Amino acid sequence: MQEGISAERAAAMIPDGASVMFGGFLGVGSPERVIDALVARGARGLTLICNDTASPGIGVGKLIEAGCVTCVKASHIGTNPITQKKMISGEIDVELVPQGTLAERIRAGGSGLGGVLTRTGVGTVVSEGKQVLEIDGESFLLEMPLRADFALLRAHEADHFGNLTYRLTAANFNPVMAFAADCVIAEPDEIVPVGVIPPDAVRTPGVLVHHLVRRRQ
Amino acid sequence: MIDAKEIIARRVALELRDRTLVNLGIGLPTLVACYVPAGISVAFQSENGIIGFGEPPPDGMEDPHLTDAGGGFISALPGAAAFDSATSFALIRGGHLDMTVLGGLQVDSSGRLANWMVPGKIVPGMGGAMDLVAGAKRVVVAMQHTAKGQPKIVEKLTLPPTSARRVSLIVTELAVIEPTDEGLALRERAPGVSVETVVASTGAKLLLDGDTPTMSIECERVAA
Repeated sequence: MQEGISAERAAAMIPDGASVMFGGFLGVGSPERVIDALVARGARGLTLICNDTASPGIGVGKLIEAGCVTCVKASHIGTNPITQKKMISGEIDVELVPQGTLAERIRAGGSGLGGVLTRTGVGTVVSEGKQVLEIDGESFLLEMPLRADFALLRAHEADHFGNLTYRLTAANFNPVMAFAADCVIAEPDEIVPVGVIPPDAVRTPGVLVHHLVRRRQ
Repeated sequence: MIDAKEIIARRVALELRDRTLVNLGIGLPTLVACYVPAGISVAFQSENGIIGFGEPPPDGMEDPHLTDAGGGFISALPGAAAFDSATSFALIRGGHLDMTVLGGLQVDSSGRLANWMVPGKIVPGMGGAMDLVAGAKRVVVAMQHTAKGQPKIVEKLTLPPTSARRVSLIVTELAVIEPTDEGLALRERAPGVSVETVVASTGAKLLLDGDTPTMSIECERVAA
């Protein structure tokens, strides 16, 4: 049974320098309240693992703007000019990862797999410094698993066990990140009693969720 | 008078096949959805996690949890399915996607596409482009033939490639070109455009085979 913590408490649990996965796609499905709390507490030196850096004032874009981040692993930063500026000035180190490879590396990290073999990136700059394996006469790139200290998820509903549901395209990276961090914190839109979410509707089993961010007081 | 983008979108739409799954890239490729030929049913995927999306809802009726890969509001059509990013890219990388239409910065004589960065200028990131080119059954490049007067179809890429894989077809406002083992084959020319104009606007050798037919752009606009 989850106690429920405040967004401020969640932000306080994440130390400076931590690696953090954030669900969200251009800010849709991002844990906005915990992001705001991280900005408010002045977090520093975070490594962000997320699909993109959204835009200024939206989703993880707020963390970029507030100077909380020194390293980004993402598939796209083009919608946030501040990320681009800070990458060029050397303030933020950016690793660009193809979106499908990012999802699969996180899946591998959360599923006990030693890596992913993929056609994506073969013959491009993405393959630099990586092993290329021949499988049945075809070239595959070996991509390594990805894990983080924390995963911050945005869910639609959570029950008191931490079982989660998502809505439409707000799911994106959230379900796969739920497996791939040492500490998983979910920020749901609604908290409901156990039994309200039918077992078939659970997208992330509650055993994966360490903390639920409770409703605004 | 229709503009270059509309010509390209109309011609690409004729590549759509009934009962297929298609992913349209952001920008020009998105226009293709406006010209789906009558009698053809296509399921469009957006890689942030949905198959079967439609027009944006009326003003003030948007669902903040329902957007396309460009972040724009969309609607879910009857029969739509929503899923997470790993599932979405398993569809793309696992050979379940029949066709993708992508914009391009350059395509070279071997049919390789560059469309994700200009070193020293813009480094937006590849997003899903590398996965789409590596994984879709057919890759159609929809782009203008030249940029600032310079050919975008070149002998050898000067920009970083998106994939080592050869694309299936290039559609521009001047021509339809198919990369083959022998090189770039000129398949069609736009109405009122001569073969000489196409050749002069192209930075790579084109293989010509007899009369080059005129491309059809006769599909009706079906949506806003």
